[in-house]
Amino acid sequence: MKKIICECGHENPEGTTLCEKCGSPLTEEEKSKKLADMRYEGTAIRSKTYNKTIIDKIWNFFSSVKVGVAIIIITLVAAGIGTFLPQVIYVSLTEYQDAAAAYKAAYGTFGSIYYKLGLADIYSSWWFQTLIGMLGISIIVASLDRGIPLYKSLKNQRVKRHENFLKRQRIFASGEMSAEEADKAFDLTEAKMKEMKYNVRREEGALLAEKGRFARWGPYINHVGLIIFLFGVMLRLMPGFYIDKTLWIREGETMAIPGMEGFYLESKKFTFETYSKDEQKEEFNESKKAVNAVAKNYQTDVKLFKAPDDAVPGDTSNLTLVKEMPIIVNKPLKYDGYALYQMDFRLNELKTMHFDLIDKKSEKSLGSVAIDLTNPEKEYKVGKDSKVVLKKYFPDFAGFEDGEPQTASPLPNNPAFIFVMYTPETPKGETSFVAIKQTLEPLGTTKYKMKFSAVDTRNVSGLTVRKDKTLMILMLGGIVFMLGVTIGSYWSHRRLWLLKTKDGRLLMASHTNKNWFSMKKDLDAVTEYAHLPVYVDQHDEDQKAEDAEKKSKDKEKEGDNI
Amino acid sequence: MSLIDLSGNLLFVAFVAYLIATLLFGGAVKGGSKGESADAGKKWGSLAIIITLVGFIANLGYFITRWVYAGHAPVSNMFEFTTAFGMFVVGAFILIYFIYKVPALGLFALPIAIIIIAYASMFPREVNPLIPALKSYWLYIHVITAAIGESILAISAVAGLIYLLKNIDLTKRSKESFWIEVVMYALILVLGFVAVTTTFNVTGYEAEFSYIDKDGNTKEITYNTPALFGMHQSELLTADKMEPIANVPAIVNAKKLTTVVWSILIGTVLYGIIRLIIRKPIAVIMQPFAKRANSQLMDEIGYRSVLIGFPVFTLGALIFAMIWAQEAWSRFWGWDPKEVWALITWLFYAAFLHLRLSKGWQGKKSAWLAVIGFVIIMFNLVAVNLIIAGLHSYAG
Repeated sequence: MKKIICECGHENPEGTTLCEKCGSPLTEEEKSKKLADMRYEGTAIRSKTYNKTIIDKIWNFFSSVKVGVAIIIITLVAAGIGTFLPQVIYVSLTEYQDAAAAYKAAYGTFGSIYYKLGLADIYSSWWFQTLIGMLGISIIVASLDRGIPLYKSLKNQRVKRHENFLKRQRIFASGEMSAEEADKAFDLTEAKMKEMKYNVRREEGALLAEKGRFARWGPYINHVGLIIFLFGVMLRLMPGFYIDKTLWIREGETMAIPGMEGFYLESKKFTFETYSKDEQKEEFNESKKAVNAVAKNYQTDVKLFKAPDDAVPGDTSNLTLVKEMPIIVNKPLKYDGYALYQMDFRLNELKTMHFDLIDKKSEKSLGSVAIDLTNPEKEYKVGKDSKVVLKKYFPDFAGFEDGEPQTASPLPNNPAFIFVMYTPETPKGETSFVAIKQTLEPLGTTKYKMKFSAVDTRNVSGLTVRKDKTLMILMLGGIVFMLGVTIGSYWSHRRLWLLKTKDGRLLMASHTNKNWFSMKKDLDAVTEYAHLPVYVDQHDEDQKAEDAEKKSKDKEKEGDNI
Repeated sequence: MSLIDLSGNLLFVAFVAYLIATLLFGGAVKGGSKGESADAGKKWGSLAIIITLVGFIANLGYFITRWVYAGHAPVSNMFEFTTAFGMFVVGAFILIYFIYKVPALGLFALPIAIIIIAYASMFPREVNPLIPALKSYWLYIHVITAAIGESILAISAVAGLIYLLKNIDLTKRSKESFWIEVVMYALILVLGFVAVTTTFNVTGYEAEFSYIDKDGNTKEITYNTPALFGMHQSELLTADKMEPIANVPAIVNAKKLTTVVWSILIGTVLYGIIRLIIRKPIAVIMQPFAKRANSQLMDEIGYRSVLIGFPVFTLGALIFAMIWAQEAWSRFWGWDPKEVWALITWLFYAAFLHLRLSKGWQGKKSAWLAVIGFVIIMFNLVAVNLIIAGLHSYAG
């Protein structure tokens, strides 16, 4: 490895731009700048030093801030495009044969192209995930690339710096001073800076006052937080860390909870409430919005049961009650790392249908039958001598196909039945097809019929079962990020250097990584107290412009005088 | 006087106070420049900030009384949120003013707050009952923190605007001088929206239409402005009202489109009239007010407000948002448009900070980025709520 030897004799590793010891510029590029580049204290940065092997090239690619920002911009543009149309997960597909058809129907050609380009599911596309992955790598590499050298350099920094370092700082002052005056200024500076909570170190003829160095670690800490967060997100892909199931449960049912082995849930009641007029404000009631009722509450009252550890799955005989509570939007049931959320509902699902078996002529009833629509029986006794056999059941009757009745789904949305009615008068049985508002007699006219009398309904709750073991990791990532970003944003690293030169001058220079306004307040205070030379901000464009203007005006005046 | 009336009156007081304070800040910026002593400028300045504080207290009074009246924090619909945002912009300005004492900041920040509040007042003002998804204390924590973060970030755009007005050479035709005028034009367009909405509100314009939505259902809609565009297969139901010039496909909300087009039309006319009167770009008129600001300081204020605002925004718009989403929707992140745009805003300011720190993007570049950042925030507030449908669009 090549070493760079500074005028002061110190050996610096290759790639250093400001001497580690005295701060003098080492490279031609650095020397040509008016102000020192203080971003990483001029230390050797791997990505700026080596560019030979393929590893160097990869490292340099990911450590480049330009590349990092490019990835950020591409990600944000892609994310924005993904909001043009609803993503596939938010689109109801029930009416269409597939998603492509749904997009075409709803959004025309644009929707069709949008879907075909994969933009309708952009966030789970391989390339979007790759972008996020690259962002993660970039964060790690760039942080290591800059953070480690910066840490070393600040830890080992010297009190005494070369004049070339001081005068190339943004804030610089220089004044002639006797040795005694200078010593006094040093003492006063030390006192004042300590009063302002700076750490002060002194060496022969030099002073360094420093405050808030930890602020420099803020960005690195918040990057660690981001990495923890992204790591947590990736962990979700591992089996067992993340469960996302849906449970549709009817009032009165007890069901095994999917994804939550050994646990059962009983739904006692689902409640949907809207606001009554007197709960709403007067002026709201007068507005047009009040035409529609506003939803007030979705709630499922449940009991959570646990089966004994040695129970066979599905055996609900020895359940113990664990929890009894309502599940409300914003108030999920939480147990053992699992959470059950109120997400959806269906009101008034048909539960039981009641029929009377009647003589068509006399309308005399032989008795009634109650059919549980989710769990119908094969045969129903009616009175003493009659029975009705349920030959076929179509929970969601959708019309005939080739003369055969069809069902669209197993949900009892539109039940239809084929009954065979046996009575003392008709011992061979009569067949009747019964659907809502429809009775057919496919095998000839019947004497008896099943007359619909009543229906019982119940509500169905749509619950989401969720377990996310990564939440704690994500939370930790968030906290670390906030800690880092707070440190990095609300504190600044401030330094002040004093140097007594051999030819009888006192030099002062100062640097802060941000918030120069407050730094200058500190400087004004110490300058006044310790009688330091007046400093200039070598970066202030306006000041320069004003100075230049003044000079030209002065010249004009001089011209007038002559 | 009932609490809700009191609340409305306090908001009006705040609005007027901000208007007066803007003029006073104008005096503070101009004062001391010609002939008058610097003290005169200072007097204007301290009077201006006192009036601003009075306005802000009245504004807080509006917020608190409405909170008490409604029983929930007034951040649950478009009117409430936008008003709160305007109020926080003033709050953020006051914070920054007490750090840096730059009157020019007030001269530009207050009008922006005024425009935001005026925009807010165009939305229905009724106190809505809360839907189940919003019934959580996270509503207050998440929305208020996010809005405060956004308002502090907005101040950076104000500083950026002043920096640009001062440093762009408006005597020459250039990309910069063109775009800064576009920014002025955009601000006038918002006034156009306010003018259109107010005019038709006052005249009580109402036209009923029936139309067929994208699922094939027949629905009705009431326009409050003369219809330029009709909904999909719309039919006018009210007699003697303007027929739309054209009907649009079902996926476009023609009512909103009509309002937008009206605003642009009227805003453009307004802009044209201003240009005719002053006979030069608006930026040129505004420039003298920015001339006395220190560029270095404006650059720093712009940067500092991003530094102050960014952590607050992260906390409110991302972290609190995720915690609440986990409670309410069972997942902390679902790529809902509003979530995505909060992420975009966050990524944008992250890029801003990286470009500034590592690429040395200071001065004009940094100022332009700050202005663009504000555009993204406003897009998130306006377009994402009103145009892009999603879980957050209970607001419209």
